[in-house]
Amino acid sequence: MWDYTDKVLELFYDPKNQGEIEETGEAGVKVATGEIGSIACGDALRLHLKVEVESDKILDARFQTFGCTSAIASSSALTEMVKGLTLDEALKVSNKDIADYLGGLPEAKMHCSVMGQEALEAAIYNYRGIPLATHDDDDEGALVCSCFGISESKIRRVILENHLTDAEQVTNYVKAGGGCGSCLANIDDIIRSVQQEYASPALNNYGVQVATEIVTSKQRSLTNVQKIALIQKVLDEEVRPVLIADGGDVELYDVEGDRVKVVLQGACGSCSSSTATLKIAIEARLQDRVSKSLVVEAV
Amino acid sequence: MQNNCIYLDNNATTKVDPEVIEVMLPYLTDYYGNPSSMHTFGGQVGKAVRTAREQLAAILGADESEIVYTSCGTEGDNAAIRAALLAQPEKRHIVTTQVEHPAVLNVCKQLETQGYSVTYLSVNHQGQLDLDELEASLTGNTALVTIMYANNETGTIFPIEQIGLRVKEYGAIFHVDAVQAVGKIPLNMKTSTVDMLTLSGHKLHGPKGIGALYIRRGVRFRPFMIGGHQERGRRAGTENVPAIIALGKAAELELLHLEEATAKERKLRDRLEQTLLATIPDCVVNGDVTQRLPNTTNIGFKYIEGEAILLLLNKYGICASSGSACTSGSLEPSHVLRAMGLPYTTLHGSIRFSLCRYTTEAEIDRVIEVMPSIVERLRALSPFKNDDAGWLQGQEQALAHR
Ligand code: FES
Repeated sequence: MWDYTDKVLELFYDPKNQGEIEETGEAGVKVATGEIGSIACGDALRLHLKVEVESDKILDARFQTFGCTSAIASSSALTEMVKGLTLDEALKVSNKDIADYLGGLPEAKMHCSVMGQEALEAAIYNYRGIPLATHDDDDEGALVCSCFGISESKIRRVILENHLTDAEQVTNYVKAGGGCGSCLANIDDIIRSVQQEYASPALNNYGVQVATEIVTSKQRSLTNVQKIALIQKVLDEEVRPVLIADGGDVELYDVEGDRVKVVLQGACGSCSSSTATLKIAIEARLQDRVSKSLVVEAV
Repeated sequence: MQNNCIYLDNNATTKVDPEVIEVMLPYLTDYYGNPSSMHTFGGQVGKAVRTAREQLAAILGADESEIVYTSCGTEGDNAAIRAALLAQPEKRHIVTTQVEHPAVLNVCKQLETQGYSVTYLSVNHQGQLDLDELEASLTGNTALVTIMYANNETGTIFPIEQIGLRVKEYGAIFHVDAVQAVGKIPLNMKTSTVDMLTLSGHKLHGPKGIGALYIRRGVRFRPFMIGGHQERGRRAGTENVPAIIALGKAAELELLHLEEATAKERKLRDRLEQTLLATIPDCVVNGDVTQRLPNTTNIGFKYIEGEAILLLLNKYGICASSGSACTSGSLEPSHVLRAMGLPYTTLHGSIRFSLCRYTTEAEIDRVIEVMPSIVERLRALSPFKNDDAGWLQGQEQALAHR
């Protein structure tokens, strides 16, 4: 018997927002739908979002789920969480946020929260007309687990986002490895490679830390050249690896005063969450590392 | 809730018969002697162990010298397989089926890494074996054929004696995992082709932690538990006396009730099954409905998932089991249902109800009463409604190669 929190049971026994949202033709309103999972794998979720076109706001959210207790509870939680958010805000909802909302999920059921996050992304991409494949098939879409059809990029992403350290956890989060098990060794390799990337001195932000310390000790009296060099360093060592793991990339185009101009590439260029990427992944990081007053914009 | 739950998960384990507990208790308190001891105190216990052995032999139609106590069904299966191979070191081939219990399947998989070749016989949609396929797989190199009597998930009964006749032609040892069959099917080892047979106490209203292996007299047996001379050197270790006494009594009672209990279970099971099928659309019975244990029904409720069904049943105090991946440690649905080639629409929503002689009509009525609303409720949540949803078809095809 699974050990479920009261919140999980509450949303399972009495799910909120179940069902579909039909396109009514109401002016200024559109319905976005996202489907993820499969009946073969034993869980599937179809998410419907009613979006106010003008403001990009989610007016209503509903779900249809094939799956176990936690899949149903996760879907219901997700719909509660995203109502009232703009699409960009909704894109920031992570699987961890869904699990947290539920007061936690059994480790072996974390994939239910991942499914929720993915359905949300799928719905928003659909709405914005971005083929999901551009995001999903990064890293040449190398398939790691054929039993569950899971790509390397998806595994890397879940490792990074949830700080996973062993293959069993990866199985719990995305199911990869939960079938014949023949991909487990490859998953171990991916974990090791992700860890190495992030543990190597360069990527441990060692260089950036030193540079930041110098800057801070000088009360941020940076020369223009120093500033640009530091921005480049932060981008190279802290920002790009994350984006690359996600199938994208960023290039520094120019710095004009406090305006940092960048070019987003790969999946990030076409990705609907690029605004979010800019703000969270790049601007916040540069503000933290270089100067509070920096503003990042894409060119 | 524990005490008044409607317990329909008897293929997982059963309630210990109060009479069994009664005969067992003194061997935990007053009669604690070691049956191997020379003194009278131990001798009394030794005598009780012998009585239990006779009781157990009776349900199998075996001789008491052919019984070896084990700690559980898994030990019985492991011991039988290892013993058969040790006794014929020159033969390197094993035949089994795709739907065995992990206590057999996983041993075979391990043996494959040790140079043995294993044939895993397939089953058809009803979960039944193809005897021609069996025949074709047998060679002079076959050391062992290990096949279950009745499947724990679907209740499907294999034609053990017909299989045995073929096995004997090739001179292989025939082991049968009868953990689910003992007490539900009349057995007579005297007229049987079976060489070794495994049973487990807790499936027949005995306690957990005790089982037995029947070894036909004359079958060469090399033990894998080695130590003292207990069980005539075939299974070392001081006997689990209270459990052995209990198993003997449980076997006696099971034999006593066999006919009337199985008739009653069959009647209740059929009513449950037929009513659910009649009142709930889109559900099917999994397994061979003619060759089947009298107490088991496995029903696939399409478009919904088993764990969710179980949790709702649990709310009504009803305990059943599911072949869905979500209830097991693994993420793959039941290997038995998969081997039968069931469509995914049915596979994940399969529920096993298994009855016992304590099951009452009122309990079955209750399940019949609540089940339709449970299914309806989950189907209202499901994105799948019928088999030709485009989404669904794509998924089934994409994974058809698996
Ligand atoms: S390939 Fe990943 S579990 Fe089979």
